[in-house]
Amino acid sequence: MSMSQKLVDRLRGEFGDAILAATSYRGDETVTVSRDRLLDVLGHLRDIEGCEQLSDIVGVDYPKRGERFEVNYLLRSLSNNHRLRVKVDVAEDQPVPTASRLWRSADWHEREVYDLFGVPFAGHPDLRRILCHHEFEGHALRKDYPIEQGQECSRPEHLFADEDIVRAARRASVMAAGPDALHDEVHPSDLLTVNIGPSHPATHGALRAEILLDGETILEARTEIGYIHRCFEKEAEDHTWAQVMPYTDRLNYCSAMLNNSIYAAAVEKLLGVEVTPRCQGIRVIVSELARIIDHLVCVCANLVDIGALTNYWYLYNIRESIYESLEKLCGSRLTTNYARIGGLSHDLYPEFGAEIRIKLDELMAGHTDVMKLIARNRIFLDRTVGVGAISRADALSFGFTGPCLRATGLDYDLRKAAPYSGYEQYSFEIPTGTNGDTYDRIMVRMAEMVQSRSIVLQALDKLPAGPVNLDDRAITLPPKRNVYQSIEGVMNQFKLVYEGIQVPAGEAYGFGEGANGELGFFCVSDGSGHPYRLKVRPPCFPIFSAYTHLIEGAMIPDAIATLGSLNIIAGELDR
Amino acid sequence: MKLMYDFFTGQLGLGAAGANITVAAVMAVIMFTVMALCAIILTWMERKVAGFMQSRYGPMYTGRFHGWAQAVADMLKILGKEDIIPAEADKGLFKFAPILVLLGSLLAWAAIPWAPDFVAADFDLGLFYIFAVSSLVVIGILMAGWASNNKWSLYGAARGAAQMISYEIPLALAVVPVVMRAGSLNPQDIVIAQQGGIWHWNINPITNPFLFIAFFMYFIASIAETNRGPFDMPETESELVAGYHTEYTGMRFAFFFLAEYANLFLVSMIAALVFLGGWWAPFPGMGWIPPALNFIIKGVLLVFLNMWVRWTLPRVRVDQLMHLCWKVMIPVSLLCVVGAGVWMMAWGQLK
Repeated sequence: MSMSQKLVDRLRGEFGDAILAATSYRGDETVTVSRDRLLDVLGHLRDIEGCEQLSDIVGVDYPKRGERFEVNYLLRSLSNNHRLRVKVDVAEDQPVPTASRLWRSADWHEREVYDLFGVPFAGHPDLRRILCHHEFEGHALRKDYPIEQGQECSRPEHLFADEDIVRAARRASVMAAGPDALHDEVHPSDLLTVNIGPSHPATHGALRAEILLDGETILEARTEIGYIHRCFEKEAEDHTWAQVMPYTDRLNYCSAMLNNSIYAAAVEKLLGVEVTPRCQGIRVIVSELARIIDHLVCVCANLVDIGALTNYWYLYNIRESIYESLEKLCGSRLTTNYARIGGLSHDLYPEFGAEIRIKLDELMAGHTDVMKLIARNRIFLDRTVGVGAISRADALSFGFTGPCLRATGLDYDLRKAAPYSGYEQYSFEIPTGTNGDTYDRIMVRMAEMVQSRSIVLQALDKLPAGPVNLDDRAITLPPKRNVYQSIEGVMNQFKLVYEGIQVPAGEAYGFGEGANGELGFFCVSDGSGHPYRLKVRPPCFPIFSAYTHLIEGAMIPDAIATLGSLNIIAGELDR
Repeated sequence: MKLMYDFFTGQLGLGAAGANITVAAVMAVIMFTVMALCAIILTWMERKVAGFMQSRYGPMYTGRFHGWAQAVADMLKILGKEDIIPAEADKGLFKFAPILVLLGSLLAWAAIPWAPDFVAADFDLGLFYIFAVSSLVVIGILMAGWASNNKWSLYGAARGAAQMISYEIPLALAVVPVVMRAGSLNPQDIVIAQQGGIWHWNINPITNPFLFIAFFMYFIASIAETNRGPFDMPETESELVAGYHTEYTGMRFAFFFLAEYANLFLVSMIAALVFLGGWWAPFPGMGWIPPALNFIIKGVLLVFLNMWVRWTLPRVRVDQLMHLCWKVMIPVSLLCVVGAGVWMMAWGQLK
């Protein structure tokens, strides 16, 4: 009996009738609870059972049911290393109690469910749309949303009302009062609101933060996202499982290989199949290369933002040269579309390993150069140490994962905590920081590149021979020889392409360690060839929700340095 | 200068006043041309230096040899750009600001002695004059930021004003020991006082260690004074978009650009003449080198040093910049003044 199953038993004992159902499918434990006891169950799970993180909240729409919406709370315990899904059913317009007082990450996740499904959350502090425009009508992920209907939304949203500024000025006056006060009162007219983004050199993508400034000091900040929201999840419902693959490239476009592999693994989990050892090895290699590229992009952009421009070339040249190999491998640099459900689009080319080994040596040379330039540079230390720091407790509550969480000193890495794709065979360390500040985030990423390099080298050494695709004609395409020479092959190919892989009805949450943290795909299948619901858990989303918390009280240059170190990728944030 | 004066009075038969005015006009044209040329050459140099530091080539195609014509082509392109003035801008100030910024550095160029007999405006308060007129740049930047009616510009201008006014103090304090040593504020006299090879230059730490320290104070303050990395607070492209010149386009933007490089060369030339013996050759036997060439080489080397710093260090934060100025550089510069004075009295070097 697994940890999670024991947990379900304990919950039954504690809450009895409030647990309406408990299911276990493909290793995922799910409990359905009654709506009025939801907060008790969630609170118990957080305080007693050690579920420090609310990983995601997923809405699913079943229009034919009496209570049409299902809200799934994806909980994770880092200390006990178990996961649990808490499900609650609600009818239209029926409010669900907010979990935002239990986990700070619930704030944005609930806004998202409200935005896309119209499920209201009672007691939520700021229940507004988040991904769609504030003038948008309807809820895009409902099954009855008229998908052909276009809407024109053009008016910008002002994030600060006049009374907010007056309130901030009053608060600043109180803070400024005292024996050492430089000025005794702050008038609302002393304050200035400035937009960082959506088009600003430091946002590296369309994000917007409106900041309220007293001089150079940020009194308050508010963020707006969704500028490149294209409702990837709705698109996915209109495609077969295999057709979704190229869309995953566009999530975190800096590490498309990781998105491909993790999406494929999620669908394989729902199918209940395991790919071949060679496929696993190759996925590890390309994923770790993608992780290196992603970290290079993040660190370079971050260093450019704090004015250390030259480092960019020392690292970016290597990114470019790794991209050359990836391009040779799959035909494109950013949008790789390499993994397939049940395998890969094709095997590695013969000289791939030798090329990558040389490039990884170049990486180490660049890495050394940059560390020499920054690691003990006084200006760099002054700009980053203690800047944008977050405590471990806050980081957990906000749903941080990946390098940003590890910078706070917690050695939690899904590659170790829940090994997949054979990660357990490789020896590597989990670099951590201490203060959770910008410096630690940069250094954790720098150290992770070295670890990823070591994993790639080990995987290249151990890479087993054999096929890369499953020999299962219900999942992978038949060999071309069969397609051209036999009617069975033609029909097989035809069925797989037109009807898609027939994933049995059920739901599963597949996840992996993305470059920014936990990247998860919550897949629901109704047995047709299309996803009934596909929810991405992008690591950026909860991290960016903490941005205002990190920069309030800091200065404009700190806000820029912090933003860079969080590595917010708009493609993944907005989906 | 004297030659030119004699030419106008003797050959052309102009009166003293007429000849003076003509000489001044000719020198103004020469200085402006040199300044513009210099800015163009320095932009090319900056690209090549940056490329060299960043393991890339920089411009390689325009004009065949190492893209030497790239800066010229850019200037031509920028001349053809649309001149946009924001609707809500203060139009008068907006148009005047770039001129004032350029004027500040151009005026300062007048008092630079290029060679024993080549200085556009040779007067006794020369050094004082240079620092005085280059302060005009601050007003220009403040004007540009305010007139643009853009929040980022305003922030850039406010930062720029605070930074440049603050850093003028250590900048001026750092040259005071040199003035004490030469006993004159005339740049030409300061250069002449350093006659006799490299060990007679003011930077020589054995003659006076405080002057050696003062050189570094001057150098750091001059980077801040020209708004270049790691002290490029008023622009900080990643924070303030482009700072005080966010709203400027075309030729008006080019004026700021020109002024930045004119200023860069100006502060380097001042450093060369105050600390590095001006137009003197480094060793006695090298008298065959034209003095102006000596001077320009020293200036360019200092510019290279400046670029080296820019492309190596990250940018400091605005409060750290102020901290560095008021709590570190000004006390150290003051100490240099006092220390240098005591040292000179002790060794009988004071004039």
